[in-house]
Amino acid sequence: MEKQQEQPMKMLKKRNVLGPVATDFTAANTGNWRIERPEVDYSRCSKCRTCERYCPTNVIEIRPDDQECVYINFDYCKGCGICTNVCPRQCIQLIPEVR
Amino acid sequence: MAYVMLDGNMAAAEAIKLARVKVISAYPITPQSSVPEMLADFVNEGKMDAQYVRVESEHSALSVATTAAMAGSRAATATASNGLALMHEVLGMTAGNRVPIVMPVVNRGIAAPWTLWCEHGDSMCERDMGWLQFYSQNVQEILDLILMAYRVCEDARVLLPAMVCLDGFFLSHSMQKVDVPDQTLVDEFIGEFKNKNTYLDPNDPMFLCDLTGNEEYTEMRYQQKVALDAVPKVVEEVFAEFNKKFGRSYKIVEGYQTEDADAVLVALGSMCGTAKYVVNKMRKEGKKVGLVKVTMFRPFPLSHIKKAIGNAPVVGVFDRSTGLGSLGGPVWNEVAAAMRRSNCEIYPYIGGIGGRDVTVENLEGIFNELLDLKDGKKAENTTWFDLKGNPMEIRQVYQNV
Repeated sequence: MEKQQEQPMKMLKKRNVLGPVATDFTAANTGNWRIERPEVDYSRCSKCRTCERYCPTNVIEIRPDDQECVYINFDYCKGCGICTNVCPRQCIQLIPEVR
Repeated sequence: MAYVMLDGNMAAAEAIKLARVKVISAYPITPQSSVPEMLADFVNEGKMDAQYVRVESEHSALSVATTAAMAGSRAATATASNGLALMHEVLGMTAGNRVPIVMPVVNRGIAAPWTLWCEHGDSMCERDMGWLQFYSQNVQEILDLILMAYRVCEDARVLLPAMVCLDGFFLSHSMQKVDVPDQTLVDEFIGEFKNKNTYLDPNDPMFLCDLTGNEEYTEMRYQQKVALDAVPKVVEEVFAEFNKKFGRSYKIVEGYQTEDADAVLVALGSMCGTAKYVVNKMRKEGKKVGLVKVTMFRPFPLSHIKKAIGNAPVVGVFDRSTGLGSLGGPVWNEVAAAMRRSNCEIYPYIGGIGGRDVTVENLEGIFNELLDLKDGKKAENTTWFDLKGNPMEIRQVYQNV
């Protein structure tokens, strides 16, 4: 039991650092910046992975076995629209974000 | 140890090799170009186990070196003149993020007028960016100061970057006899690079250089001030250890024949060699003159300067940069501030810029003028002492419109 406690207790130890280092990560969720979001027309998607390759934030993942195969991590997708431009079938479009 | 013939740039590259730097990112600029060229050869020939990153500008060169050091590698770059000016923004990043990089700066004037030649104007522009600054008198000093700067910069009490400045061409392309220490001794002296403060490590992520509000900014600047205040003590420790290990003695500020001097000249860089020769020559003629050689200009070594100047009644300060728009050159400004409670008179001298040679005659003229000022034979000094007689009429063109 004591051993199990050791690691978490070590993690709680703080040390001084000099210069700018962030201690609070609340602003890291860049998906908040999005005003438009990509929407995929799966009836025309050929699972070619072009959007996956070109996404500058690397938030697109293709799971070819799934019918809705384009998985986008919307915590970090900024809605830049590069995927809509590179899609050879033009089956991704930007639609207004609703929250 | 072995004596070899090296020019200043070779000595800088050799020191970077001896320090076992792991990442190199440098952009060529005259008169620094042979430093990155030699480092590229070292990597190519397998003499250095390092990654050589080709970058498109000095801005990127220092950005790569800074972040490589954040990620845990000893990193190197080198620059000169307009290249250093292009680095200006990143200099603040390196110092503010407390990244201990050692960078040779080959001193060359900043355009315009375009010049390729020696002047301290480039590094003096960056004197308040939070970097340490060392100025070398000869090629041996370049190698030694770079090796020692690694120890100083990476000390947990400091964690700041340093420029080791060498006069363009006068040192960078001057072949001199240099004692290159054994790799094993250097390894013992410098040790392995280890991040002692913040770092970039996927196993323990940190977000460095975030936006800092006014509730913490002052304190972070103060942290840098505290580190700079600690530097002289650390430098003295490192100089002493270096002397013990390698047998060469260094001083933050060296007083040369200053004890009983009637006139003292404060100078830095390669001209100090000539100045020592002139001091010896004039002492033989019975003229009591001395030299104060400033090896470390940043942080400004207040007590060392005061001690070296001592009770000299007249002091000349030789700036190899113009300090345009200021009361005098940057070194004069600070020496004058340092000596403000003393009774001595402090005169600014500006010259040796854009590659103009600082000759024996020049320095003799300055010393003689300082002695005349002391004896009341002269009222004013000649600040721009190596100026031609007709500075406003040096070029003419035909008027065609």
